[in-house]
Amino acid sequence: MANISIKQVRKSYANSEVVHGVNLEVSTGEFIVILGPSGCGKSTLLRMIAGLESVTAGTILIDDKPVNDLEPHERGCAMVFQNYALYPHMTVAENIGYALKVAGLPKMERATKVSSVAASVGLTEFLDRRPGQLSGGQRQRVAMARAIIREPKVFLFDEPLSNLDAKLRVQMRQEIRRIHNRIRATSIFVTHDQQEGMTLADRLVVMNKGVIEQIGAPEDVYHHPASIYVAGFIGSPAMNFLSGQISATPAAAMLANGERITLPAHVAAAHDGKLAQIGIRPEALSIVPAGSGSFDAVFDFAEELGNARLYHFRFEDLTVSVLSADKPKVKAGVPMGIKVAMDAVHLFDAETGKRLLARGIVLEPVPA
Amino acid sequence: MIERTPLLNIATHAILAVGLLLMLLPMYLVIVAASHSLQDVVAVPPNLLPGDQLWVNLQAAWEKGHLGDRFVTTFIVAMGVMTGKIVMSCITAFGIVFFDHRLKMPIFWLIFITLMLPLEVRIVPTYAVAANALLPFQTLLDLSGITWIINALSGIEVKLEWNLLNSYAGLIMPLVATATGTFLYRQFYLTIPEELVEAAKMDGAGPLRFLWDVLIPLSRTNIAALATIMFVYAWNQYLWPLLVVTDQSYAMIAVELSRLVPKFSATGGEVPKWHIAMAGTLIVMLPPIVVVVFMQRWFVRGLINTDK
Repeated sequence: MANISIKQVRKSYANSEVVHGVNLEVSTGEFIVILGPSGCGKSTLLRMIAGLESVTAGTILIDDKPVNDLEPHERGCAMVFQNYALYPHMTVAENIGYALKVAGLPKMERATKVSSVAASVGLTEFLDRRPGQLSGGQRQRVAMARAIIREPKVFLFDEPLSNLDAKLRVQMRQEIRRIHNRIRATSIFVTHDQQEGMTLADRLVVMNKGVIEQIGAPEDVYHHPASIYVAGFIGSPAMNFLSGQISATPAAAMLANGERITLPAHVAAAHDGKLAQIGIRPEALSIVPAGSGSFDAVFDFAEELGNARLYHFRFEDLTVSVLSADKPKVKAGVPMGIKVAMDAVHLFDAETGKRLLARGIVLEPVPA
Repeated sequence: MIERTPLLNIATHAILAVGLLLMLLPMYLVIVAASHSLQDVVAVPPNLLPGDQLWVNLQAAWEKGHLGDRFVTTFIVAMGVMTGKIVMSCITAFGIVFFDHRLKMPIFWLIFITLMLPLEVRIVPTYAVAANALLPFQTLLDLSGITWIINALSGIEVKLEWNLLNSYAGLIMPLVATATGTFLYRQFYLTIPEELVEAAKMDGAGPLRFLWDVLIPLSRTNIAALATIMFVYAWNQYLWPLLVVTDQSYAMIAVELSRLVPKFSATGGEVPKWHIAMAGTLIVMLPPIVVVVFMQRWFVRGLINTDK
């Protein structure tokens, strides 16, 4: 059990920097998920914590001790790899117990530990098999058991579920959370799957292009994204973005075609004349007869989701998606009104991409 | 490309059968010749069926060629070459593949180009080195002036000498020093996923532990393949042992075999004893055949590299 603190950590290869001064504090027993697209530096950050990559600048502390110059096994971290990385010539029992064998633990003690850990992840009947004879989910469990048996201070997960099929992935995700709830070891989990991030994390860290965009509880990140990037990355189906200019009189955001979305007077006054991106989630929009919504858009096509339907509209040269559980019938090519729900609009600075308001604002349909 | 027409099947099998016959025919003639008396062997027209003298001829060859002693010598050399080669290849390839340093590629290429320099090509310099294994160092000391300095300061003349002629070391070491095994191992090590190396690091296994616990068990088939090739290669050595050995207690079997076939000029017009020579050939062939037959399963797998 340990806290981790990452201070101004940078990583460069040859002449390109891939992690640009990251700061992160992880408290004891916390489950942190680092979320980001491939190439955003999330795996590099994790590997620097593990000691598999050197740190170019900055400090990493585990348990308040700097670990920059320690070998991986001296840091007290255990890692679960994407491809499991099991030793193919060893049995499941040997795989799980290898770290203890290297550490020089007597055989009897080792066997006892291996069987108790194996039992805790449901592997007892597979102990004599080779990894090649196991299914993907079972291999994943062996990789987990191999990490658990070392009783590490920190668990590191490098996209461990991305090789599993969708159903097994959900199942293993729940199992990982269950194990975490039981042993409460500090964990850092790297993934590009936002659903995995939302469901597993105590706190979510969203990374993009080598910097941290936002740190917060999953719900906070979802409801108050700090930037356009986070807003677009979190949530499925993805958020809609419209561009407009904020004007103080009348208090509104002027869309490209001259239509307006009314804003509260104090908000509009604070950002008068600013170019903004207006973000609205598909579930916060609804379809109404043409002319009676916030703006009109032409219906393109719809995707059936079972419990709801996702409608795609064309507005200027943008696509606007609307998620509707009512599934109204709409004809292709017909303009319809789109109504924006109250308290569900996010405003972002068009230049910096940063959030303009701390809270969602109340929007009313443009008065006719 | 896989063709599935009956005609082509028959044709390919016919070609294979002809090839097999062509390969087996000399073997058959050896057996035939080894089983006749001298008169029958040299008779015209030649006998094409085996005779009844095989056992007698084998015994004669065994005694005349001192094959018992030669078997021991050759076996020691073959095992030495095999073991030395495997140990050296697996360690050099380990150094080249798993450690990052600036000289990695230059070293690899230096080793690699020795593939183009088999023993037969560099036999004269190799002999010079075998006559005094420390000669290269002596040359370096002479050229750099260190010999002169030491001589001037202490009056001691530096003369390094380590003679490898007429010794097992001299027979084995030059045969071990080639790049084939290193290359085979390098190719295998490159197929080991990076994550496996990192998992071992996380488990606290150092480089040597990783080599011993993971790489060597995984490369069992490669070891078997290399062992087979090197055993046969060393067993059949002729040129190098002929050069480096003058003391008959280190004579190797292929050299001895050539002595069983006396040159026509040396016999003073006497007919060479072909039946004895062929019987000797049969005996000498036996160990490599046994090794290949027993190791075949591993051997093929190690070379095509599918088992992991």
